[in-house]
Amino acid sequence: MVRFDSLLASVGRTPLVGLPTLSPSPDVRLWAKLEDRNPTGSVKDRAALAMVEQAERDGLLTPGATLLEPTSGNTGISLAMVAKQRGYRLVCVMPENTSVERAQLLRMWGATIIPSPAAGGSNEAVRVAKQVAAEHPDWVMLYQYGNAANAQAHFDTTGPELLEDLPSITHFVAGLGTTGTLMGVGRYFREAKPSVEIVAAEPRYGELVYGLRNLDEGFVPELYDASLLTTRFSVGPGDAVRRMRELLEQEGIFAGVSTGAILHAAMGVATKAVRAGREADIAFIVCDGGWKYLSTGAYEGSIDDAEEALDGQLWA
Amino acid sequence: MPVEVRVPTILRSFTAGEKSVAASGDSLQAVIADLDQSYPGIAERLVDESGLRRFVNVYLNDEDVRFLEGLRTPIADNDAITILPAVAGG
Repeated sequence: MVRFDSLLASVGRTPLVGLPTLSPSPDVRLWAKLEDRNPTGSVKDRAALAMVEQAERDGLLTPGATLLEPTSGNTGISLAMVAKQRGYRLVCVMPENTSVERAQLLRMWGATIIPSPAAGGSNEAVRVAKQVAAEHPDWVMLYQYGNAANAQAHFDTTGPELLEDLPSITHFVAGLGTTGTLMGVGRYFREAKPSVEIVAAEPRYGELVYGLRNLDEGFVPELYDASLLTTRFSVGPGDAVRRMRELLEQEGIFAGVSTGAILHAAMGVATKAVRAGREADIAFIVCDGGWKYLSTGAYEGSIDDAEEALDGQLWA
Repeated sequence: MPVEVRVPTILRSFTAGEKSVAASGDSLQAVIADLDQSYPGIAERLVDESGLRRFVNVYLNDEDVRFLEGLRTPIADNDAITILPAVAGG
């Protein structure tokens, strides 16, 4: 059934496609879950819809309410779309060092943007948003980093979809941002198929993003539960861009930069499985398509050029 | 044998501004102790009595040491260690 009563009803149930060329052997297979097929083109539609629906059930949202959210882009874009359908206003606090397309999309869906300083990245966006929330007590901050409905969306939908489409799944690989995808899917598999290994790929940005004044300003999302992960890799922009281009050139999948980082971790897992002589079905998340990153220069010139262009940008 | 340790901006006040320094040791704990010999005070910023500090992430060849053996993680020649503060994504 691919008919839906509304756009919001069509969130999720994304395709899982095999990667016949990039999979290292017939026994070790890679599978891409195409989250760019969601209404606003990213995995964040699942969390945004779930968080708004939960807030409605909790009685936090009255018609015409204003939502406030710190976001580096995709969550804001998803929330803007959901808010518009449901009759809410959205104010996003977004770091200055995100791609121009993200701001354009946010405005297109009617959101207001409060820029936060580039240095410190999303940490600063969270800090500014908390300040703004204190000044506007009537605004509702769903707060993706600590909102249980974010992870719950993946427990309820992404996890079951993966197991249904790929009962032989051995590994799940996703990006670590709010940690919602990994926590929700991880919790699902801990119950449904505990042997599945849960692997996090964390983007390693340029130095500007780590420009904290002191280590106590560091940030770990409230949702994060390390016990749900098998391991966690840090992936820099060079590897992310290289894999993103391989995915495009060898499998025809046009994905964003963060997906390249996730694929890099998935390929590492695949190589280990081949070496160990194990069979593996490795599913990973394609967070979004490449459209929003065209202006960053990630798709043109040498890998070094792209890496330089991404330095200081929040590319995931 | 020395290994390369990449130091984040926020800790470079200890390393005279160096982004990457050499240290030796057969475990992460030993490497951090050796670092502290060369750059006194840096260890206290990285670890407390319970282990690695909450907002400090250490990666051995890009893998988070908390999922290896933490401070007891064995270190071999030519390994690369990266220290980064925990920051928000999303």
